[in-house]
Amino acid sequence: MSDISQQIKEQIEAAIANKTPLNIIGGNSKSFLGHAIDCQNLKMAEHSGIINYEPSELVMTARAGTSLEEIETALNQHNQMLPFEPPHYGSGATIGGTIACNLSGPRRAYAGAARDYVLGTKIINGKAEELKFGGEVMKNVAGYDVSRLMVGAMGTLGVMLEISFKVLPCLPAEITLVQAMSADDALRKMNQWAASPLPMSATCYINGKLYVRLSGVDSALQAARNQIGGEELNDSKSFWFQLREHGLPLFKKAEKLWRLSVPQTTSPLSLDGEQIIEWGGGLRWLFSDSSEEEIRNITKSVGGHATLYKGESPTKNVFQSLDAGINKLHHNLKHAFDPAGIFNPGRMFNNL
Amino acid sequence: MNSSEKNIDAIPDANISKQDLLIKFQDFLPNNAVLHDAEDLRPYECDGLSAYRRVPMIVVLPSTIEQVQSVIKICFQNNVPVVARGAGTGLSGGALPLEKGVLLSLAKFKSILNIDPLARTARVQPGVRNLAISDAAKAFGLYYAPDPSSQIACSIGGNVAENSGGVHCLKYGLTVHNILALKIVTIEGELLTIGGISLDSPGFDLLALMTGSEGMLGVIVEVTVRLLPIPERAQVLLAAFDDVEKAGAAVSAIISAGVIPGGLEMMDKLAIQAAEDFVHAGYPMDAEAILLCELDGVNEEVSEQVSQVRKILTEGGAVEVRTAKDEQERALFWKGRKAAFPAVGRISPDYYCMDGTIPRKSLPEVLRKITSLSKDYDLPVANVFHAGDGNLHPLILYDANKDGELERTEEFGGKILELCVEVGGTITGEHGVGMEKINQMCTQFNSAELTQFHAVKHAFDKNGLLNPGKAVPTLHRCAEFGAMHVHKGELPFPELERF
Repeated sequence: MSDISQQIKEQIEAAIANKTPLNIIGGNSKSFLGHAIDCQNLKMAEHSGIINYEPSELVMTARAGTSLEEIETALNQHNQMLPFEPPHYGSGATIGGTIACNLSGPRRAYAGAARDYVLGTKIINGKAEELKFGGEVMKNVAGYDVSRLMVGAMGTLGVMLEISFKVLPCLPAEITLVQAMSADDALRKMNQWAASPLPMSATCYINGKLYVRLSGVDSALQAARNQIGGEELNDSKSFWFQLREHGLPLFKKAEKLWRLSVPQTTSPLSLDGEQIIEWGGGLRWLFSDSSEEEIRNITKSVGGHATLYKGESPTKNVFQSLDAGINKLHHNLKHAFDPAGIFNPGRMFNNL
Repeated sequence: MNSSEKNIDAIPDANISKQDLLIKFQDFLPNNAVLHDAEDLRPYECDGLSAYRRVPMIVVLPSTIEQVQSVIKICFQNNVPVVARGAGTGLSGGALPLEKGVLLSLAKFKSILNIDPLARTARVQPGVRNLAISDAAKAFGLYYAPDPSSQIACSIGGNVAENSGGVHCLKYGLTVHNILALKIVTIEGELLTIGGISLDSPGFDLLALMTGSEGMLGVIVEVTVRLLPIPERAQVLLAAFDDVEKAGAAVSAIISAGVIPGGLEMMDKLAIQAAEDFVHAGYPMDAEAILLCELDGVNEEVSEQVSQVRKILTEGGAVEVRTAKDEQERALFWKGRKAAFPAVGRISPDYYCMDGTIPRKSLPEVLRKITSLSKDYDLPVANVFHAGDGNLHPLILYDANKDGELERTEEFGGKILELCVEVGGTITGEHGVGMEKINQMCTQFNSAELTQFHAVKHAFDKNGLLNPGKAVPTLHRCAEFGAMHVHKGELPFPELERF
């Protein structure tokens, strides 16, 4: 654990002076996501360590390079967790990379995304200024929510040095129920159950079966179990872990993987290839060789957006392109934070 | 008063006379949707913070998005500043008009456009009242979670602009956690959709940036909110303590035990007595503090947690713990808390409500210092506290008719906010900065951070026409404020020239 913020700042100052853009790297576990960029590396992994953790305040502050593993171990000792259940995608995964990519796992539809738990950040902007936004308190409306703006910006607006986030107690028990049904039925059920007070914490439809995870006190799980039905899965933890980390066989053999974010009630999408449905219907993993145009158009027509998670794109677009007005705001904001364009240029969108 | 003129240097000058502007508006709006006579303008001179008043030049009340776009385009072309207003219940002067500006009221946007019970979403116009959404969703077993105490009157557009909270934030989040999409009109008059009906959107999180931006970045003309299933059961415990610190420790003990209550509220002696006199909630009048702890969720879980929390409260030194025996008593327990502000209004000619957030562990220290400040300024304080999430609402009791008392109250309030920052908290948890806390922004943020905020504003509104002068102070304002409040001998904003 060490504080190398001075060194980071100096490298940024040099990058600004020499007009040499930087590629921000934490544990390098998310290098597959977004466009590859050919720039000098700004290494964050050494800038690590938990700075403050107050279990009774439900808050932790850590340097961006702190590994998710270290954070989860510390939380576990106090029976607490990162509620958004982030995927690691590799042993070196850091909190900075996770927040920069806004990555959330199976619990996302029921507990919120990474962005929902961020309370504050310390960043260095593109003028090499160290700035602090938000803080360690749950409610804070002083100034614009720059901390949340950093979440999912993939490092294009600034370098996060420290992140403060809300954590939650682990729930006492957990079971997973499995039953066979059609995709249409599964989507209807997932949404109907989400509209009633049931202790659901994850859902997945894969290979003709619906998996529902319940988390809470034992007595509540037993009551919900009668309502939901299905067989109890023996190795619940391992199933959700494999799903989260893309360790299931479908993910392993895929050369091209699309992530489709759609409204939860969207009927099964008529696209060639296999699909895994998560997040109560809101997330569809698509293993398909269909044309990019077809995939993007169909996803957009239902009110969603498609990301090429793994594999090559002939158009070199990873993310769904932005509408003109929104695109203009992105460029204005990029200029507001990184006028010299030195942070991860092109990682998310061309010219950004 | 002086305070309403704070930050005045940030206001642009219009290129058009009032008369010419009126003609342009009257060209496409009905006569009763363009107000310009003194007596018609008067009701708009303030929002929920009535200490600050200014009569606007013109009030417009459009009823379609196209009309809003036309109003804004005219303002943009003629460099006229625009202040958007919802229900006008805000407590920080965020909707305080400008003498040479247009007040854009969204009061006519009152329709719930669609409720999708399966998707658990509601698409509503910005003037829809917060509580009206939950009322409409109730038939489907759903509700909208954020519940600011003004929920009977405040509108959802204003809730988004302020990122409103309420008593259930710890478990269910703020407005930012409970909305999916916005339609906004930019200062150029362009209609944009921010966010979407899927769980996330490509690009930057503009939805988060818009939420709580206090009308500085765009005008909200439609909101899509998430609805949650109404909990199967809610149960309230009331615990009385003979010592505020014990009550504070009990709050930490509950959360450390792994319980996240739906609501966890604290009131101190003066607040208890005022509330009890007003609504007869049955609060113990001799207690130094009471805690209200609401546990909600599935039936079995609530049963287990009620006994767990009861034990924690008793072990934590509560002199009395009551469980509401039925829905009627639960409503009564809450009634006292929800009526705390008007109750304090009954025992004092005026009161000033502060809104700092602090780490919970600092509560005893902060309360001690507030008590000592209260003596210094010779003004009583009643404390109401969203204990679960650390949001403190000290109510300073004063009499505006007594010479200098308002000024003394404002200074006292400012000191409380600075104290919140000192212990690692913030100057506003849920009411917003608006006009009221513009000076304290200089305490919380340094000049580079404020400059970054101005750059964000510039990205949306390069001429600074949307609600100018609010939320983010100019550096010159901070230099002037800092000159009055030199901290530890360090002159803040040393890089600025002094005159």
